[in-house]
Amino acid sequence: MDVITLLGQLLGSTLVFSTALIFTSLGGIFSERAGVVNIGLEGMMIFGAFAAGVGTYYAQDAGMGSAAPWIGILCAVIFGVIGSLIHALASVTFKADQTISGVVINFLAAGLTVYMVKLLFDGSAETPLINPVHKYAIPVLRDIPILGDGFFNAYPTSYLALIMVAVAYYVLYKTPFGLRLRSVGEYPGAADTLGINVSRMRYIGVMISGALAGLGGATLTLTTTSIFSHNTVSGQGFIAIAAMIFGKWNPVGAFGAAMFFGFSQAIRNYVQMFQWSSHIPQEFIFMIPYVLTIIVLVSAVGRSHAPAALGTPYDPSKR
Amino acid sequence: MNKLRKMFTLDSLIVPLVAIVLGLLVGAIVMLFGGYNPIEAYDALIQRVVGKPYDLGETIRAITPLIFTGLAVAFAFRSGMFNIGADGQVLMGMTTASVVALSLDGVPSIVTVPLAAIAGGLAGGLWAGIAGFLKAKRGINEVITTIMLNWIALYFSNYIIRNFFLLKGQNRSENIEASASISFLSQLFGGARLHWGTIVALVAALFFYIYLWKTKQGYEMRAVGFNKHAAEYAGMSVGKNVVKAMFISGVFAGLAGTFEVLGVFHYQSVFAASPGYGFDGISVALLGMNHPLGVVLASILYGSLTYGSAGMSFAVGVPPELIKIIIGSIIFFIAAQGIVRFILKPFYLKRKKEKVQ
Repeated sequence: MDVITLLGQLLGSTLVFSTALIFTSLGGIFSERAGVVNIGLEGMMIFGAFAAGVGTYYAQDAGMGSAAPWIGILCAVIFGVIGSLIHALASVTFKADQTISGVVINFLAAGLTVYMVKLLFDGSAETPLINPVHKYAIPVLRDIPILGDGFFNAYPTSYLALIMVAVAYYVLYKTPFGLRLRSVGEYPGAADTLGINVSRMRYIGVMISGALAGLGGATLTLTTTSIFSHNTVSGQGFIAIAAMIFGKWNPVGAFGAAMFFGFSQAIRNYVQMFQWSSHIPQEFIFMIPYVLTIIVLVSAVGRSHAPAALGTPYDPSKR
Repeated sequence: MNKLRKMFTLDSLIVPLVAIVLGLLVGAIVMLFGGYNPIEAYDALIQRVVGKPYDLGETIRAITPLIFTGLAVAFAFRSGMFNIGADGQVLMGMTTASVVALSLDGVPSIVTVPLAAIAGGLAGGLWAGIAGFLKAKRGINEVITTIMLNWIALYFSNYIIRNFFLLKGQNRSENIEASASISFLSQLFGGARLHWGTIVALVAALFFYIYLWKTKQGYEMRAVGFNKHAAEYAGMSVGKNVVKAMFISGVFAGLAGTFEVLGVFHYQSVFAASPGYGFDGISVALLGMNHPLGVVLASILYGSLTYGSAGMSFAVGVPPELIKIIIGSIIFFIAAQGIVRFILKPFYLKRKKEKVQ
């Protein structure tokens, strides 16, 4: 296989592994930029992965054919938002510790989804196999060397993720809404004085993060596993948190970090194709992404500054 | 005595109790939706926990690692850090203890077990210490480093076990001869796997309390946790305290791993995915409000519910995942105390009115 094709394929599978992380880390940014810690991303992804699996299955059953996965994605977004509303209710309205209420989401998601799967499918711990979404090659663009295989012959969800990066950047930095959202996360007292409804902005931030994390979970079910079970998500939400922090709470940075994690996951399949890699124990190859992350953090990125009001419930009397 | 009474103020006792009741109610509602009888299910749960001496012993066995990891997470929280990496620290403790115990084959347990425990605790502490050091020196968020270290620990442990101590044809290590079991207690509890780890865990909880609230070093650590800028202004070294706090936190987690292999399994598995001890620890710490006594009580609750859930699904057919919903709800109600107070409000008002009359 020649180098160009190889690189193109490597980039392509990087994008497959990254897509869910891109969605979810973007979600995390919207919540945390509004000042609400979101450890619950993992749980919101689980909700999304579950809803996508179940929704797609029933839509296929109803004979919707190729539209079925999109029904699944819609269900995933709705379930992600429902999950995020629990988080918002506890941490914004009732001023609960945001970390705790995030952990609660992870718990509820892990419990509720498998419980419901068992009820819906006669005690089976996983949903029946669904038809996954298929890759779609964009004409003309797909013929560009490397990039064509990498970015323009991908799952529709990946295209959506790439578009979302641009949208998230635009919304956060170029619109009044984005400015308000960020101000609520940096200095809610000042934002309040200027007539911004802090609670409402925080609710919106958390709900967007639920929708995006739901999308991320749906991506896993629809493009990678084709079923939902208890280990469909298995820690991807936490990796997304890492990508968000790694990318310094910036959509473009988080995109880069998510691609980095995806790349390190993809490369371990490719390294094993070469003869010389047989001398390296597979565990060390598996470790690569995580060791690299720490090395990159130590050497290049350095201090990252979280939004100033992150983690503190807003109390108008302390303004 | 007065102090004890102050500790158990009405509020700090009533809120968790109400939260537990509400959590069980949520569980009951979810069961009703699924067409199960909640009363039968809860009865089966309680029967499973206290019905037979063996089960009671096994419940204690399930509670023990929760105390350790709960203390680990709570200790880091008290010093202003979020240790998501207890899982990796448990694994490092487990692996180091296994290596020590397997290398000292033939040496009596009374020598091996303490050595393995010291080594396991140190390994957990050093593993967490990496995250503390990187935070102190380079300001790198400990959440991200501990998540990464979890995965590294998982693969590293598997590498060690698979390459040096693998039992032929099995996905686990050779049997470990050294044992931390307490045989007379085991016999008393019908063969339940009871071990010294439980006692060490309780001692660790006591150490947690004395160290943080009765020593100067502990005072500094809490000060850093409350407000690191103020602590620095007062002349305390934030960096040193961060590293020390993570180290101690990791020692607790490392001990959890040590006693799981020496006291319970007597071999180490090759794990396909994270075993989840650390994540249980997070919930226990949060349930226990980061206080050592709270952590012990929360571990008892969490361990009993989890162990009892098997009985529930055996007798009534309720999926054991229900327990996660219950525990999640309990934590939710404890965290969002506003909701509990909101529900309790009518009762408080009534009491006040009675006083007025």
